[in-house]
Amino acid sequence: MAVFKLKINGKSREVDVDPFTPLLWVLRDHVGLVGTKFGCGIAQCGACTVHVDGKAVRSCQMPVQLIGEGEVTTIEGLSEEGDHPVQKAWLEQDVPQCGYCQAGQIMSATALLKENPNPTDEEIETAMSGNICRCGTYTRIKRAIKSAAQNQNA
Amino acid sequence: MAILKTKVGRRSFLKTSALAGGGLMISFSWLASCKSGKDEKKVSEMPDEWFELNGYLKIGNNGVVTIMSPNPEIGQNVKTSMPMIVAEELDVDWETVIVEQAPLDTKLFTRQLAGGSQSIRQGWNSLRMAGATARDVLRQAAAKKWNVPKEEITTSKSVLEHKGKKLGYGEVAAEAASMTVPEEIELKSKGDFSIVGTPRVNVDGKKIVTGKPLYGLDIQKEGMLYAMMEHAPAFGMKLKSFDAAEAKAMPGIKDVFSMKSYPDDYERQWSDVAAFSEFVVVVGNSTWEVLSAKKKLKVEWEKGSELESTADHLAKLDNIPDSVVNVARKDGDPEKVFQNAAKVIERTYTAPFLSHNTLEPMNFFADVTADKAEFIGPIQTPEFMEKSASARLGLPLEKIDIQMTRMGGGFGRRLYGHFLIEAGVISQKMKAPVKLVYTREDDMTFGTYRPAYRADYKAALDENNNLIAFHVKAGGIPESPLFANRFPAGAVDNYLAESWTLESNISVGAFRAPRSNFIAGVEQAFIDEVAEAAGKDPIDFRLELMEKAKNAPVGKDNDYDAERYAGVLRLVREKSKWGSEEKGVHRGVSAYFCHDSYVANVVDLEMKNNEPVIKKVYCAVDCGIVVNPIAATNLVEGGTVDGIGHAMYSAMTFKDGKPDQKNFDTYRLIRHSEAPKDVEVHFVKSDIDPTGLGEPPFPPVIGALANALYKASGKRTYSQPFMAKSFQLG
Repeated sequence: MAVFKLKINGKSREVDVDPFTPLLWVLRDHVGLVGTKFGCGIAQCGACTVHVDGKAVRSCQMPVQLIGEGEVTTIEGLSEEGDHPVQKAWLEQDVPQCGYCQAGQIMSATALLKENPNPTDEEIETAMSGNICRCGTYTRIKRAIKSAAQNQNA
Repeated sequence: MAILKTKVGRRSFLKTSALAGGGLMISFSWLASCKSGKDEKKVSEMPDEWFELNGYLKIGNNGVVTIMSPNPEIGQNVKTSMPMIVAEELDVDWETVIVEQAPLDTKLFTRQLAGGSQSIRQGWNSLRMAGATARDVLRQAAAKKWNVPKEEITTSKSVLEHKGKKLGYGEVAAEAASMTVPEEIELKSKGDFSIVGTPRVNVDGKKIVTGKPLYGLDIQKEGMLYAMMEHAPAFGMKLKSFDAAEAKAMPGIKDVFSMKSYPDDYERQWSDVAAFSEFVVVVGNSTWEVLSAKKKLKVEWEKGSELESTADHLAKLDNIPDSVVNVARKDGDPEKVFQNAAKVIERTYTAPFLSHNTLEPMNFFADVTADKAEFIGPIQTPEFMEKSASARLGLPLEKIDIQMTRMGGGFGRRLYGHFLIEAGVISQKMKAPVKLVYTREDDMTFGTYRPAYRADYKAALDENNNLIAFHVKAGGIPESPLFANRFPAGAVDNYLAESWTLESNISVGAFRAPRSNFIAGVEQAFIDEVAEAAGKDPIDFRLELMEKAKNAPVGKDNDYDAERYAGVLRLVREKSKWGSEEKGVHRGVSAYFCHDSYVANVVDLEMKNNEPVIKKVYCAVDCGIVVNPIAATNLVEGGTVDGIGHAMYSAMTFKDGKPDQKNFDTYRLIRHSEAPKDVEVHFVKSDIDPTGLGEPPFPPVIGALANALYKASGKRTYSQPFMAKSFQLG
């Protein structure tokens, strides 16, 4: 066990855990932020996507000891009131069905739009292919990302 | 205008009122104010008092209304759509409605189960009645206050009106709670609907996009322990012995033990399907500690029954003994007609086992004490698992409490609640609240899989290219996908349907649109080949058959409405501009009926770098009244993508009883870049009471896809998954 000081959603958090504990379980079990989801544990489904220093990271494969000074942002910290342009677009397009994968989808989408504010359809499809949605909401996810890009750039 | 006897509803309501302290009258109850959903709508303040008008709804003194959503939510939108139906008859302002997940109460609610695309179908009347009777007592209360006849009082958006005088629902809610529910109730004319049939966004949408705890896996309670289990690595194996010393010594570990979820003498009901019932369990303080200790377990397993392999299955499927084949339906004299036909077309189709792979793995929270058991988590069959938990834990039924969470997918997997029982047994032993969590590997290798199927088809044409005989022989391991009375039964004079099954110890269960998820696609691919052999347009050919089924049906048990069937085909023909597709676009069509609904598809494919790219899918759907168009469209889009995905990429295979696929690195689910670029959904305008929608969009698109792939490649595909290079069953 070891103590780690983490910066999560702009706040400082201290946890005493096994250094190999993946960030996913630190967030869910120790910090009480359960918006980041467990899907596969091997970085294949994207449900656990968070940002570390603004970049999309699969938290199930990120041991807590590697985070260091990195600023972690989870779905809970994406905006104060749930009004980030991507979250708003998700609500407008009524994207979720079961909703379980959507936090990861939104975190991947926001990271994409940060790097590429005006992605083409093909760029969206490629960038979002690491996030599985068993309900099949891909067409709506694409529409929401395009709408968020438009609103963001307006 | 429909009038419903409230008898059934009233009896239920009396039970509620009894709970709330009333007698024959429905009395109000003071309920703790519920803040859920407060931030989501224009509900700015919670009321000081709630008045429960019946078990489905309560009205606050400020006019805020809480509507209970009775059924489990698996992503099919019932938590929004079912309360919309209550709200419609109540004539309430939807913006002031808060939705809560109802408790499990089988006496009050109709069929609290998510399965068979039946929630709306079976709930339709009781939901309407709940809204209408509440509106009636509100009108009674206003009539008393104003001293005017109830019949003269109109309602609109939570306001009662009589000749210019107005009262809000909240202002008379207290009085309304003491009014008598009438013997029968008049429902709205469907033409007057103002909520049903209009798009309403998901009531949990804001919580989903902000990451609020909604799912079973998100449950955290004071003193809660985490549990994981190790099950046999292969179907047919059982526990021999285990060494827990190393695992027990790991940090944060409370206990390691073996347990039986279903003892040998336990009488299982249908929702208790589970191939494995003896496990080694690790319990500890956190998920990671338990996961790390689980890796240190040393478990020996031994053979208990047959260790089956896909290779053996394939061999068996090629040699179905006549002794296991049963005739399910026979019309005319098909054997004779086949002998004398001008043309006979024969084809064989196969598909592998499939794993459900809900994105939220199986899990459940249980807190079992000496005299009661509390369960919270994702379950499609709470009504049934309540009985199982009672029997297994030795507690009376009324001491079992199951709270339903929003589910991270269901697709049939969570009809089988063994994981609830496992959590209960672990909690009972630990004398502590426990959350049992499956890893993805546990989830995928302990499935209630979609069975493996095979279907053999034969069709006969006469010299004028009329379909004169049709034979389907279909079966599976270990379930037949045959629906003997579905199309083209009823449209062909000489028809034979046969069915068979082969036993297996691999556990199977319902998978989104059970049986239809295979038979629709292969039947529609075969009919395409027959149409081609007859030299006819595939839509014209199907419409001809439906015309015959409508005007001169063969047999009397045909379970579809040929006119509605033809309706979706005509609609998809019109919307896709069939026959005038762009150059380079390859098209396939299909249509299918299941869960009382009709869906037709046109798939448009392009070839890019020798790989098929699905450009667009057109869907025409007849599911009666569409309750919530935005959600219904989403469900059809998703079902289409899901159907295509499984037909193209997914397979579960076995070697010596062991699943070859254990996680998403080997089990392929469709990904964003592989999904159709566009899905266009059209609904048939209808005033028929709603029929199924969660499942019907999945099966037919597989046929349209197969037919488009043929147009693109010149080759027919007979084995799923279509895109598998390494694996093809059959």
